[in-house]
Order: sequence, then C-alpha cells, then structure tokens
Amino acid sequence: MLQYYEPEKDFGTPPSLATETVGLMIDGVAVDVPVGTSVMRAASEVGIKIPKLCATDSLEAFGSCRMCMVEIQGRKGYPASCTTPAEEGMVVNTQTDKVAGLRRNVMELYISDHPLDCLTCPTNGNCELQDTAGEVGLREVRYGYEGNNHLDAEKDQSNPYFTFDPSKCIVCSRCVRACEETQGTFALTIDGRGFESKVSPSQNEDFMASECVSCGACVAACPTATLTENTIINLGQPEHSVITTCAYCGVGCAFKAEMRGNTVVNMTPWKDGKANEGHACVKGRFAFGYATHQDRITSPMIRDSIDDPWQEVSWDEAFGFAADRLRETQQKYGPNSIGGISSSRCTNEEVWLVQKMVRAGFGNNNIDTCARVCHSPTGYGLKTTLGESAGTQSFASVAKSDVIIVMGANPTDAHPVFASRLKKRLREGAKLIVVDPRKIQLVDAPHVKADFHLQVRPGTNVAFINAMAHVIVTEGLEAKAFIAERCETPTYDQWAAFIGDKQQSPEATESITGIPAADVREAARLFATGGNGAIYYGLGVTEHSQGSTTVMGIANLAMLTGNIGREGVGVNPLRGQNNVQGSCDMGSFPHELPGYRHISDGETRGTFERDWNVSLDAEPGLRIPNMFDAAIDGDFKGLYCHGEDIAQSDPNTHHVEAALSSLDCLIVQDLFLNETAKFAHVFLPGSSFLEKDGTFTNAERRISPVRQAMPPQAGLADWEATMGLAKALGVDMHYDHPSEIMDEIARLTPTFTGVSYDRLDELGSIQWPCNEANPDGTPTMHIDEFVRGKGFFAVTEFTPTDERATRKFPLLLTTGRILSQYNVGAQTRRTENNSWHDEDILEIHPHDAEERGIKDGDWGGIQSRVGDTVLRVKVSENVQPGVVYTTFHHPFSGANVVTTDNSDWATNCPEYKVTAVQVSKVVAPSSWQDRQKKFNEQQLELLKGAKRRDETARQPG
Amino acid sequence: MSENSIDHLVKMANQIAAGVPVAGTEAKVDGTASHINKFWTPLMKQQISDFVSRGGEGLTPVAAEAVARLSN
Repeated sequence: MLQYYEPEKDFGTPPSLATETVGLMIDGVAVDVPVGTSVMRAASEVGIKIPKLCATDSLEAFGSCRMCMVEIQGRKGYPASCTTPAEEGMVVNTQTDKVAGLRRNVMELYISDHPLDCLTCPTNGNCELQDTAGEVGLREVRYGYEGNNHLDAEKDQSNPYFTFDPSKCIVCSRCVRACEETQGTFALTIDGRGFESKVSPSQNEDFMASECVSCGACVAACPTATLTENTIINLGQPEHSVITTCAYCGVGCAFKAEMRGNTVVNMTPWKDGKANEGHACVKGRFAFGYATHQDRITSPMIRDSIDDPWQEVSWDEAFGFAADRLRETQQKYGPNSIGGISSSRCTNEEVWLVQKMVRAGFGNNNIDTCARVCHSPTGYGLKTTLGESAGTQSFASVAKSDVIIVMGANPTDAHPVFASRLKKRLREGAKLIVVDPRKIQLVDAPHVKADFHLQVRPGTNVAFINAMAHVIVTEGLEAKAFIAERCETPTYDQWAAFIGDKQQSPEATESITGIPAADVREAARLFATGGNGAIYYGLGVTEHSQGSTTVMGIANLAMLTGNIGREGVGVNPLRGQNNVQGSCDMGSFPHELPGYRHISDGETRGTFERDWNVSLDAEPGLRIPNMFDAAIDGDFKGLYCHGEDIAQSDPNTHHVEAALSSLDCLIVQDLFLNETAKFAHVFLPGSSFLEKDGTFTNAERRISPVRQAMPPQAGLADWEATMGLAKALGVDMHYDHPSEIMDEIARLTPTFTGVSYDRLDELGSIQWPCNEANPDGTPTMHIDEFVRGKGFFAVTEFTPTDERATRKFPLLLTTGRILSQYNVGAQTRRTENNSWHDEDILEIHPHDAEERGIKDGDWGGIQSRVGDTVLRVKVSENVQPGVVYTTFHHPFSGANVVTTDNSDWATNCPEYKVTAVQVSKVVAPSSWQDRQKKFNEQQLELLKGAKRRDETARQPG
Repeated sequence: MSENSIDHLVKMANQIAAGVPVAGTEAKVDGTASHINKFWTPLMKQQISDFVSRGGEGLTPVAAEAVARLSN
C-alpha cells in the first residue's frame, strides 16, 4: 500500500479499555468516550487538536509541558487536558483568549533556549516543536537569546544509528518514558534539577556505553530534533512510505518503510501493526542497510565446478543450466536424487512455489525447510497433543497473564519486542518462572525479577517438565473439570499414572536436572494456582534429542492446569526467523502437504493433483539431515537451497561440507555469496523483503503483508526466480503477482480459505485459521475444543541424551543468540550492528576457567567428538559450572564445527543445545578455521573473477 | 550402503521406540511402526527392514518388532 508520507495521527494519550462511556462537550461538539479517556484524547477523537509537547499516545500522560491547558466550565484554573479524565457532562473549551495567551507564553520560554536553525535542522518538516510553535502563534521571544542556555551542549554521536543533540532538548521526558514504558529498559533518566535538568543515558554515559539497547523508542518519541535517526540527518525527510513487515525474528513487527524515491530513509514501527503496536528493536528499526550492501550479488552466475570462476549469465541461461543439470542428475541417479530446501526468511508465496516445484517438478517429496533445525518439534508436539502445529495465542494475550513460564528462550535478545510486552506485564505484578541453564536478562532486569530461576542442566528438560506435572497431579492441583470436559479420559488416566510415579518427582529428578526439588514444587504450585498461566518457549526446548517430548510436556502442563483456550494463557512457541510458522504452514516438510496434511492422505493429495495437473508421490521424502547422509552415500546429487545457509547454520560442519562437496548440482538462491554458495554451481540472486510483495506469518499465526518498497536489485523477485526455474523444468507455473499465489494457497488450504490480499488490505493482518467459521481469523485457538477434538496427554518418558559430559569432554556446550545479530549474521553482519558484537564469544564459569588457567579475553579451544574450533573467552557467572555457551553469528567462529548430528527422536531437529566438549587455553586458530580461511579466500577470488559468459568465451585459451 | 548408513537408521529407530509418547509395550511398538511409516522414505524403510531380516543387531526389542511390522 503506497502512501504519501504523513506522520501517523497522535491522539496524545493511550486509549482507555473501559466499556462504560461518558458524554461531554468539547468546543460545542458532543463526544462519548470510554471512562478513563483524557480530555485531550476525547478532543482528538472528534478532530480537535489541542497543542501538546510532552504527550503522545504511546505513553501515559505526564502533564509537564503545560502546552495542552484548557478551560473547563465550573473548574478553577487551566488544567492540562492530557492528565484530566473526561467526565460526564463536562464542558470544555480548548481555545480561548486566555489559554491561547498562556500557551504562547510557555512556548516563548521553550524557544528562548532553542536553536533557531529550523531551515537546516534534520527534522525540518517533521518537528512537533516547530508545528506547535506555529499552532500557538508564537511571533516573538521577548527574553532574547543571550541569557543562560543550552545551545552549546555537545552532541552525542556514539550510537551508529541516531544522534543525541541536547541543545534541542525541551526536557519533556518522552524519551525517558519511552525507554521505561515502551521498551522497559530504563536506560535513560533526567539528571539534575531545574535549569541543569538534562536527559542522561545511564549514569551520564554516552549512548553507546550506556544500557541503551537502541530500540529507537526514544527517537520515535522525541518531539524535536534532539534524538534523530542518522539516516534522516544524512538523507532528509521521506516523501512516501510503504507499510510492510520486518524480515528478522518471528515477532513479525509491522513497519512503515519511509522512502525518498527508491531509497529507504527510515524504518518506523507502525502503530497499527498488531504484533508490535508501534514498537521495534535495533534489528528491524535500524539494521536494514544490508539490503543495499555492496556484497549483494545482482547477476545470476553458473560454473561447472566449485574450483572454477563464476560466470555471470542471464536469468534464462541460469535457469536453463540449472534445469539441465537437475534433469541429468535424475537421469543418472534416479528421480529421488534431487531435492530442495525452502527458506523461513522468504515469503509464504515463495515457499509455496518452492515446495510446489519440488513436488510437481522434481517429482518427489524431497522438500524440507530450515524449520527442521529449529521448531520442527513444535510442529510435531503441538499437533500430537492439541491437534494443530502452531502457538495458541496472540502476543497481546500476555497482558492478561498472571504466571508466566519462559523456558529455553531469551526474549530480550531474540524476540525483543515481545519481551517489552512481557516486561510490562511483569512490572504490573505478574509472576515469572524462568527455566534456563543460563542467567538470561529476564532473571534480573530493571524492575523485573524472576520469582524462580530454575537453572536446568542442558538435556534434562523432560525430567523437569515431568516433575512440574508430578507435583500438580500428586498434590491435587490439576484442573479437574477442564480435563474431564476437554481431554481424552483414557489417555489422561494412563498419563496420570505415569506422571504420578515417584520416579517423576522433583526429589527423584533433582540429581538429573540440577534444580532443587523444593524450587520445583513451589514453582509448580504457583503455576497451578496463580491465575492465568502462560508458557513461552524457544529453541532451548526444541533443539534437543527430546525436543518434541518437551513440547508435548509443555502442552500437558497447559492442559493439566486448564490454561488453554482463552486470553492470558496458552502454549506459545517463540519462532526464530520471520516466517518459520509460514514455511511450515506452506507444506515445506517432506511428509506433509500445506496445512499439515500427510502426503499419504489420498483425498488431500488428489486435490493438489487436480489443481496442479500432476501426479504426486504418496511417500515421504528426505529431511535435511537425510539429504546430507544420502549425499555422502552418493545417492543424492542435486539440491536447490533457497535462502538458507546450511553450511554455517546446520550442525556438524565437517559432515555438511562433505555432503555439499558431494553434489553434482547445488543451486543457491540468496542475497549474498554465503557459506553454502561457496559450494554451489548455480547462484540465483535473491531479493530482500524490501524488493517484493508477499506475506510472512509470525509466531502468533498472523499473516502480515510484505510490500515492495524498491525494485528487485537483480531484476526478479524471489518468487519470479523460482517460477523461472520451475518453468525451465517444465512445470506449468504462471503468476503475474504474488496475490495470485495466495489465491491458490487459499483454494487448497482449509485454514487459509478466507485469506486474500484484499482481506489483508482490509484487516491489516489475519491470524489463521481464517475460513468460513472464522472469517476475520483466530486470535486464540482451542477455545471450546481442541483442533484434534479432545486433548491428548502424551506420555513423556525422560531418556538421557547421548551427549553426556565425560572425562574427555567434561563440559556441556549450549548455543544461543544475542540482540544485535540475527541467525547466521548474513544480514546483521552487513550493518552497523557489528558495533555491538563483531565476534562470537565463549562464556565459561569462573570456576571452570580457573581450573583450565583461562582468563577473560584468552583464546579458548573447544573440542567435541566431531570437531574443534577456537573462540575468544569471556569468564561469566551467567553460565553455571559445567556449562559453556556461545553464539553462531559469525562464519569463522565454527560453532557448528563442534555441534554434533545428534537429533530429536521425532523430527531430527539437531541437538544444538547440548554438546559435550572440553575447553583449553590455546594460542592459534583451529585447523578447520585455517582451512576455512583459505577456502573462503579462494572462493572470493573466484567471485572476483566472475565475468559475463560471452566475455569468457572470447578469451583465448 | 545407500541413502543412510545403517548405524544411523538403527539409532533413529531406537530413539523413536524410546520416544513415542504412549504407555505399554504394544502401544510403543505400534507407535514406532506408525512413526517410521509416516516419516521415513521408502528406501530408508526398506533398508531397516532388510537389516532386521538379517538379524537386526543393535535394535531395541520395541524397535525391532516395529520394523518387523513394517514388512507385514
């Protein structure tokens, strides 16, 4: 939706959620508003704009600027309309000679200490102070400008994304309040008193050195040019905007891409976006520069061997080369010798086309997705217990939670905008139980303290979740009526007998989990009796050999306590990438057609066969790890890898590299020559989320529009490239616009029947299921009954992982991510986000470090049974003794050289979270890192030598 | 050996037999067979079945019985 640039309407104060209303008159206009609405907002509702500076509708009223004063009949003085609630029968005048004069006087004082450089000011044309000075009719400043002032206050340019210019500050506290109320970090304060009052990050530090997390909430809230995006300073104000959806994590924030021509000037979180409601994080808000980074590859390329230089070719030549190679491979090695991997970073429409091309064009079900390595256990576990492979709630639901379990997730870093909602609820008094081997930020954050931090030993989640359920069942705290009405009785009885056994008790499992039994008992009682209980979990649950079992254990716990089917409760997987939910919904798994319907289901298969006019294989295809095994065995020789960097992100790098090296035809479609592309024979340039239309589906099943803001750099959007390859393979595939692909999705997928681009334009976003029964979508699932009918209590026996600490490998390595980087870092490493994290670090407990003679900043060699690598060490009490931790955002870190191919029993999701390792002090990189450096240099040389194919042909010899 | 090393398949089958979320041996055998049938490729199923017909050493009793049922 292309719009001329216009700041969104600001009602001044937040809406009241009350249902009862009051009626009042404002400037002779009758208005009815919910009880608790401010006079300012009531006026704004009927189009009367009261001048304001410290008020904005994302923050609670503050009443400091004195600009919004009004007259109210029968009341003395001139109350601030932002802090005055509307009352029944009230008669308000917003513009009288008296208030007009008072406002001008107040504005005069502000401007007496403000630079008069409006024409050269970066916010010229988008400045509330400038606008308000105009509204109140300020014509002179009688005090002059020679008195004490702040005009020489020094700028803070430490943050790479925004500049703090205190000379323009009016000390309205909007930034401070945004940091507190919106973001929940409390990094800013007003330091000093009276004339000395000034905004201060932390204890008078610069922004970069402070606790600031660069979410941009303060910048968005600032009514002057005090806090301004550097892109605005450098490029000027935008002239149009496009509403779209962030391409980073599974929160799926809505943004306005604010543009000048085809240049993004600013990414502003969209107030009407239901996932984020106007908030953002450092990635979505600022880290968009990768889209125009010089490393982007914008021409298709081919080569016969990975030792050859790349040749730039036309799209058609690339499609023809790739299709010929794939067909030759199938002729030589059989129809099942090729496959594809779809991307959770691409749109639903693109994923749909990839799985369609594999099924209809490759003629097999060798299609998998990167969700294999993150949330495939969620799909399995929730489908088994509840009947649908998706989370049950909206993010907004957390505002009604009373007891919240956060298990194996680190929302402040990985899902920061949801974390801000969560922290707000915790500040209101909700209880928090954190289950994590590490001390994540939520354990002890400003104004947030976990009631329990259950520091579970990696690999023992199932024993823990069983112990929680054991306490509830044996102490009679279960929701008996809910279970009787909503769940299968025979399986519940079987499960209750299993879970009630003493083997599952906190006392019996304490030696396994490392969590004191008394803490488990208290936490279980709190969850069962504390009101609305919600469970949020992440990859610390799924990426285990019993990942699916833990997901089922979580669903058991929710059903056991009746915490399903209303707001404030539920089972909530925090998805890693932007479209993990969507890529799974779109039939990316080798055993499932879109909508989670098994490929062996003849009726469903028939529907697709008729629509696509092909015959489909009724047997499951290869999962990603199966593809690797088959490649090494010599049976799998061709792969289309769509927007995923398996060489960096998948476990046991040696194994992955051996598999990729075994392929005769590797086609990579990506923005950059990523680690996987260095093994490729065909490179199809990808398009960023700014360059195409489509939809993403976030962790709350919300389908949100992705809209083209600039043309594709390589000429084709990803959906067009996949369509081109499919056509070259002989697949009958033609779409003029992604909306037509969505129409096909809706036609063939029962949970998407009511979804269309028109409906998305109308509603903004839609949470599936959206069909005849739920025409506007489904914010909360399983309200009256589970999708599977009755809830299924899964028997969740604890089986210890094979990855156990031994004499040779006495430590357990677990992995995670940090705020500023995203996944393999392909995007964020190409932005200023590297200022915060330019290398992966190994965290080790002081006790383990001392035993090994390792100090902070040393190089640590990490060795597992499959490989070794070297990282710089940080000695930290965030990890418990016996556990070490790192991230995997940088390719040369080789974190996955160490992780093994041990995987979840049900889904083969890798056990990234548990690897037995030894750590020792070293002085040189590992042999893999040396080899990787040389390989990378060689591949970059081959890229540098890339020439047009016709030029290559003309060269002699 | 093609597609997957047999050791890996044996490990996967044993993991499934230990992981299927039901109580009782008979239900576990059924669950394991159903899981393998639902998620493994025909070649993988064939390989594990052949392995069982050769003795199936290394498979747990539940896994072995489940694989035997695949062939029936």
